[in-house]
Amino acid sequence: MNALLKEIPLNWYIILSTVLFSIGVMGVLFRRNAIIIFMCIEIMLTAVNLLTVAFSVYHNDSAGQVFVFFTMAVAAAEVAVGLAILIVMYRNTKSTDIDVLNRLRG
Amino acid sequence: MNTLIILSALGVITLFAEIFRFRKALFPIILIGLAGAFAATAFEYCDNPQPIFNMMIFDKYGVAFSCSLIIICFLWFMMARNYFLQETSVTDHFALILFALVGAVVMVSYSNLVMLFLGIEILSISVYVLAASDKASILSNEAGFKYFLMGSFASGFLLFGITLIYGATGSFDLMAIQHYAAASNSSTGILTIGVLLMLTGLAFKCSLAPFHFWAPDVYDGAPTTVTAFMASLVKTAAFGALFRLFYTCFAGISGQWTSVLWWFATLTLFIGNVSALRQFSVKRMLAYSSIAHAGYIAIAIVSMSVTSAQAILYYTLSYSIATITAFTVLYIVERNTGRNDFGAFEGMAKNNPFLALVTTIAMLSLAGIPPTAGFFGKYYIFMTALNSHNTQLVIIAVIAALIGVYYYFRVIISMYFKPEKSDIPASIGSLHQIVLFITTLLTILLGVFPDWVLRWI
Repeated sequence: MNALLKEIPLNWYIILSTVLFSIGVMGVLFRRNAIIIFMCIEIMLTAVNLLTVAFSVYHNDSAGQVFVFFTMAVAAAEVAVGLAILIVMYRNTKSTDIDVLNRLRG
Repeated sequence: MNTLIILSALGVITLFAEIFRFRKALFPIILIGLAGAFAATAFEYCDNPQPIFNMMIFDKYGVAFSCSLIIICFLWFMMARNYFLQETSVTDHFALILFALVGAVVMVSYSNLVMLFLGIEILSISVYVLAASDKASILSNEAGFKYFLMGSFASGFLLFGITLIYGATGSFDLMAIQHYAAASNSSTGILTIGVLLMLTGLAFKCSLAPFHFWAPDVYDGAPTTVTAFMASLVKTAAFGALFRLFYTCFAGISGQWTSVLWWFATLTLFIGNVSALRQFSVKRMLAYSSIAHAGYIAIAIVSMSVTSAQAILYYTLSYSIATITAFTVLYIVERNTGRNDFGAFEGMAKNNPFLALVTTIAMLSLAGIPPTAGFFGKYYIFMTALNSHNTQLVIIAVIAALIGVYYYFRVIISMYFKPEKSDIPASIGSLHQIVLFITTLLTILLGVFPDWVLRWI
């Protein structure tokens, strides 16, 4: 398995992860639907996980893989809380569009 | 380590209070527990600290910041009890605050990037919920949602930064990263990008401009007591984490990121202070003032000298204490008048001279007028910057502080020199009286004896 992972040069992983991360960032900045924004944040975190694992194999160091477990657990907790907040908001506004978030200004 | 165990256990016990019906006894239990955690932390203060599994290290810096955080949390509990007593789920809120405190303690005493990330997330996730905790209020929902979106977006950047640093150095350990950064003086691209991404992610959490835009909305929409928590404890922890990381690891390659942070600090000082000038609501004014204070603290980080840690500890503590006073008063005013604009403070001096006096002292401290702790906080920050030849930054900060005096004095003018029309009661709850008395006393005492705090680091 290790040999297979190492056959692909590290740079490709870096490029792939950077592209995925950028897609996530663009999604957060330009999409208006809250659920799609959640998904884009997840794409960002997944891109990071992929890169961490690639580096971990490249360095022959298992710490990176353990770190990915922590990241996944935290991302799950974050989404649970985020969806809960979204539901509370939906009850009051009947919309998941973030353009309704305009009451606080100044 | 004992601190973390005590605080986590306290959080779990708090959750059980609802089931086993000792909700009435909960408040004293929490205060005693926090006092115990404080004692346990202070007991760990020693000259030769040992890292725990290479994950945490309670060195002087960590212990001093943890003690400061526990003090702030203690004062916050005394301030916020009345608000949460009217809620049905008081235990949930208190448990979340205690878990947030655990996260904050982890953030100031980590020795591994994994713990930094976990600490930030433990703190943030608890505070997302708290910001949205007023379920019926649409403003609170909006604040919680915005905070969540911006917070997790920033976590993404932070995480990408951590990964790139791991890729460059092959380790999450702060010491290993420090050795690598010191050895490779000529910049390696990946490390530099990683450092800048981490700076961006942490700047979001510290609300440094240009990543401050979420802060006024979130501070404005969240319940006032929660805003007090975010403006005091969360900010202290975020700066504790930022300084620890950059001072331990990246002091050797400071050329690559100090210019960026220099601009962050300058922008923050101006945007914070100038936007605060044109606010009508005191709560929003305090939100912008908290952004402005982040700018002063960033100056000490740009300076990267041996006295920076002392300056940041002193500044964050004095600022947090004054902020808790200000928000306690704001909470009382909001509760009785239903408003939070400057007009609601009019005539407070006649109705309740004690409340007006403590507000005045808090505002003087935030503005940085001499007998108070706020003045010495700014003084130490400026001295640190001058010692490392950041004269331009000090000049900018002094101009910003002069702008700041205007809006803090607007509150004082409303209280003393406007015709009386307010419905602020002559007496306030005894707990609020005690917390206001303690914070005001601390503001003055820390101003007179700054050495009490400074000698810890």
